[in-house]
Amino acid sequence: MGKMTISQKILAKHASKEFVKPGEIILADVDLAFANDVTAPIVIKFVNDLGGVIANKDKIALIPDHFTPNKDINSANQCKTMRDFVKQNDIKHYFESGEVGIEHALLPEQGFIKPGMLIVGADSHTCTHGAFGAFATGMGSSDVGFAFVTGKSWFRVPESIKFIINGKKNKWVSGKDFILKIIGTIGVDGALYKSMEFCGSAIGDLSMDDRMTMCNMAVEAGGKNGIIQADKTTINYLQERNITNYEIFQSDEDAEYASVYEFDSANIEPQVAFPHLPENAKGISEVKEDIKIDQAFIGSCTNGRISDLRIAAQILKNNKVAKYVRLIIIPATVEIYKQALKEGLFDIFLDSGAVISTPTCGPCLGGHMGILADGEVAISTSNRNFVGRMGSPKSFVYLANPAVVAASAIAGKIINPDEVIK
Amino acid sequence: MILARVWKFGDNIDTDLIIPARYLNTSDEFELAKHCMEDADPDFVKKAQKGDCIVAGFNFGSGSSREHAPIAIKAAGISCVIAKSFARIFYRNAFNIGLPILELPQTDKIDEGDILEIDTKTGKIFNKTKNETYQATAIPEFMQELIVSGGLFNYAKKMIQKGA
Repeated sequence: MGKMTISQKILAKHASKEFVKPGEIILADVDLAFANDVTAPIVIKFVNDLGGVIANKDKIALIPDHFTPNKDINSANQCKTMRDFVKQNDIKHYFESGEVGIEHALLPEQGFIKPGMLIVGADSHTCTHGAFGAFATGMGSSDVGFAFVTGKSWFRVPESIKFIINGKKNKWVSGKDFILKIIGTIGVDGALYKSMEFCGSAIGDLSMDDRMTMCNMAVEAGGKNGIIQADKTTINYLQERNITNYEIFQSDEDAEYASVYEFDSANIEPQVAFPHLPENAKGISEVKEDIKIDQAFIGSCTNGRISDLRIAAQILKNNKVAKYVRLIIIPATVEIYKQALKEGLFDIFLDSGAVISTPTCGPCLGGHMGILADGEVAISTSNRNFVGRMGSPKSFVYLANPAVVAASAIAGKIINPDEVIK
Repeated sequence: MILARVWKFGDNIDTDLIIPARYLNTSDEFELAKHCMEDADPDFVKKAQKGDCIVAGFNFGSGSSREHAPIAIKAAGISCVIAKSFARIFYRNAFNIGLPILELPQTDKIDEGDILEIDTKTGKIFNKTKNETYQATAIPEFMQELIVSGGLFNYAKKMIQKGA
């Protein structure tokens, strides 16, 4: 048989098939299905209306991260719906305020994600988990409800696009810049219905944090999943968490791709995605005009990890946030929060004039903790800059990596970190 | 067969435009319907009438996995969405909740206010205003099976009964 991509192989294995071809529709066993406080109430209704039986309680997780700590009575009621369901069904993998983090940072850190898994989540950024060589894709609530009840989900086997990035990273460049460059190249529907496979020496050199950032934004190019084959870096990450029993899949040499893109990382500089689409990415040196900002945000499932906070601290140290600019920093999980505290990063943030919050998705989706007013401009490490994404439909969001966001908070305008740290 | 008046939108109508996150502290369909398409056209809910359809460009429904988006459209009385392409999660969600959607490459030929006769089963669309006929992309067999089963919920019900 042969000739399969890593994504095809994982899907074939979970459908108990030797071979699956792109376009084929399969019913496959799911290893993990999860939902958050926005999407879970509809999942729960779906499950309860079918009699409330869950196929395998160990393979589901419920993570209240979007509007938590609850921002109003309605969101409190949504979380109560989740909590009641968890109690009634004795569900183990539930995270209350105080232990909850942003789902796509929390699940890998807590050891839920392994290479070769098939993962569905009622959140579009579920594709983050492809960083571990798993097939992970976002779905709606009914689909996740279906997975809760049957332990399965249906998939149309995707064609794959291969993205090869070779070479050494430039200064201040991170996984965020690689993925913004890719989305800027292929457009927000450039990978529609397809799998995005990332490889090459520059990808091999990336940390797990950066790999998660890249896979996180596969959906921003329309991709079904983003995936990076597990390697030494992945295995080290898993070993640190005592995670064993997994299978590593790799694409066949002669696997077929819908298209192949090659980049030299020497040609990739820090990127800034202009409103109102992630595809409007430009290199920082191409930002010629002064773009004054009202708010800067470092956090979200894209860039709220410890390495993101470390680089922000490196830039913010002995610097002050510009007058009239709000800098909001949100560690993505409790573990990251504690680590940042231990390393003294919070002192640096607070001394610079930043606000630090408990883990939440809040500002990224215009939920709470940093809503923009009419006409305001923000620079954000999150994944979307759609109209109204962070609040007012008359506001403007620019996307960038944590170094660029931290530097811009100090300058009060979008700026190259080199201009802050000489 | 649906007889529908057209509301026209462009490319990349994302889920934040269809139902902004600020309203996602509920999943009540009637609450969601009140804000359908609000950030793309604040008056949309006031203007649209039951049975009207949405016609758009590429990548309709991009962004979030929120099923609230097709739920809001359906609950606002929209009978069908026709677009050049759909984001994949929205595509699944629409089928799962029973909102008819059709992929049609030539949506540029359709203008706001046109009256369409839409056969959601065959994908045949007759533009009564312009006296033109278009053919939407065929719906995959499995999706048709889902529709025949009465949506994903009933499909799951059948599976549980068979598996028991």
